[in-house]
Amino acid sequence: MQTLDEASAQPDEAEWEGPKIRYDLAKEFVLALVAVAVLTVGLAVVFSSPDEHPVTIRQWAQATPADFLATAVTELDGSSPTASYGPPYDTAPGSGQTIGPLAPERWIGVHEPVSAAQDFVLGPLQVAAHSDPDLQSALASYQAAPAATAQQWTAAYSSALGHVGFSGSAVVVPPGRYGPLPPMMSALLTMARTGSLDADLLSSPQFYGTDYTKPLLFLADGSFLADKAQAEHLSGSQWGMMNETGNFPGQAWLWLYTMWYQVWPFTHTGNADALVWGLMMLLTLGLLLVPFIPGLRAVPRLVPVYRLIWRDHYRRLDEARNKPLR
Amino acid sequence: MTVPGLEASPTWTGRLRRAAVRALPPDKLLPDDQPSYVASWVYVFGVLTLAAFVIVLASGTVLVLRGPSWWHQSKTGLFVNSLHLWSVELFFFFMVLHLWGKFFMASWRGRRALTWMTGVVTFAISVATAFTGYLSQQNFDSQWIATQAKDGINSTGAGAFFVVTNFGQMLLWHVLLLPVAVAALVGLHLLLVRHRGVVRPLPARGRATRPAAKRPTPSTPAGRT
Amino acid sequence: MVAALVDLSRPGHYLHWGFVQLSVANLLVIGVMVVVFVLALVIPFHSSRRGR
Repeated sequence: MQTLDEASAQPDEAEWEGPKIRYDLAKEFVLALVAVAVLTVGLAVVFSSPDEHPVTIRQWAQATPADFLATAVTELDGSSPTASYGPPYDTAPGSGQTIGPLAPERWIGVHEPVSAAQDFVLGPLQVAAHSDPDLQSALASYQAAPAATAQQWTAAYSSALGHVGFSGSAVVVPPGRYGPLPPMMSALLTMARTGSLDADLLSSPQFYGTDYTKPLLFLADGSFLADKAQAEHLSGSQWGMMNETGNFPGQAWLWLYTMWYQVWPFTHTGNADALVWGLMMLLTLGLLLVPFIPGLRAVPRLVPVYRLIWRDHYRRLDEARNKPLR
Repeated sequence: MTVPGLEASPTWTGRLRRAAVRALPPDKLLPDDQPSYVASWVYVFGVLTLAAFVIVLASGTVLVLRGPSWWHQSKTGLFVNSLHLWSVELFFFFMVLHLWGKFFMASWRGRRALTWMTGVVTFAISVATAFTGYLSQQNFDSQWIATQAKDGINSTGAGAFFVVTNFGQMLLWHVLLLPVAVAALVGLHLLLVRHRGVVRPLPARGRATRPAAKRPTPSTPAGRT
Repeated sequence: MVAALVDLSRPGHYLHWGFVQLSVANLLVIGVMVVVFVLALVIPFHSSRRGR
């Protein structure tokens, strides 16, 4: 066995042949397990965990029917966020985020096909039309109309929704040229209010749905979900990624990821997501490669936290050498 | 005891065994002593992280037993979910403290870069695991997280394959693929720590807050630091 | 459904400094982390037996 002085003079990769102390790893692990278990149970008993009920299309349609209808129209005319998203959902021209010349979203293409007009509006209406001849003919005339005409109808109806009223289950808009849109939208609203749109979007194309992409995209296109999130400080511009509903602690470890969304230039670009992801991947790579990055790997020597950690060792080394610390 | 005459048998099993025993002989795998410099409370954050991970797995297993809708319908289920949530908070709490400690000790020295790197990868995969957990909650929080996170992930192109709005996929990644990855990385990380041993202290040089060093005394050979 | 001694499901409290916005809960967690780290640095660690 070497002395403390001799052992300390060895290079970092050498096996320690100097003085040792008894250290019971198994006991330490058991004690740690008990301590963490007690802490966990304590926190669970005192604070429990949050569980805010999910938002449904039914709630959205019942609480803010005007917003629901306005969103449905944008799905139909292709201007909604989902309809104009691009890959991986659809091939909207000019869509997809980029980092300079890199456009991975576009390169990989459509793998989760969502046709907003068909999936959120026309498809569900076709199901309802089986038992409603008037709706059947309204749908037929919409689908037979030239694209330009359909655009005129949706544009007119969209503006009219600024003055919409609701009388029972009837949607009341000022007189105008909306084509077959009024009965279509009325029927869609009724489906939404009764909850059958929730079920329909989830279970297509099969009974057992586990993929909620369609109902979620539709919900997110409207304001109901977003307004609730804003009220809970969960939105992107509120450092929402770090937060949890209520007063629960959230995901503090996401602080750096969400921080970038609050600062320039990320606040002023449509490519913010791609740029932030690119930056975070770079920074994570930096953290991974700390041992090899000059300057960064020297920080521990410059910020002398280590002197506190190993103060006992340095004191004993000093005693062994019979000299004060330099 | 091997068969006489077959001691250095070139079987794959034999080679594997010898390599394993060379890298980690029993008293290195489970030592009951440590170098004398392993004497600070900062050293316990690693084992606390590991302990929290065990509680995360245990509470998660109970949730698996009763399925993903249990905790919404039962007080016991809600309690187990709370155990899972708080053990995850503690897991990250101790992991980050462990990271701070290891950084300020420059623990990558002496051919320990891989130990540091497995730690960072474990951190990143743990964040992904927690993320899929939040997506699996089947409540308002998971709806919001899914519809927001999709934009970031879609922008990298990964959204074509890793669909955060697909609950079934996210739940399976959360329960199987990612925990297995974390466990494997943690296992590798621990074996590396045992294999290399705990990194020795940084050299005690640089300016101290004490007065300057004494001149060499008659009992101290000149020129020796 | 909240079965808790302390109900954290009320509207959250948030603090603002310039562009920074943090929940009190998160700030508390981060604060406790720093305190625990500092304590780990300064509290003496006396191993039970020295030498072998």
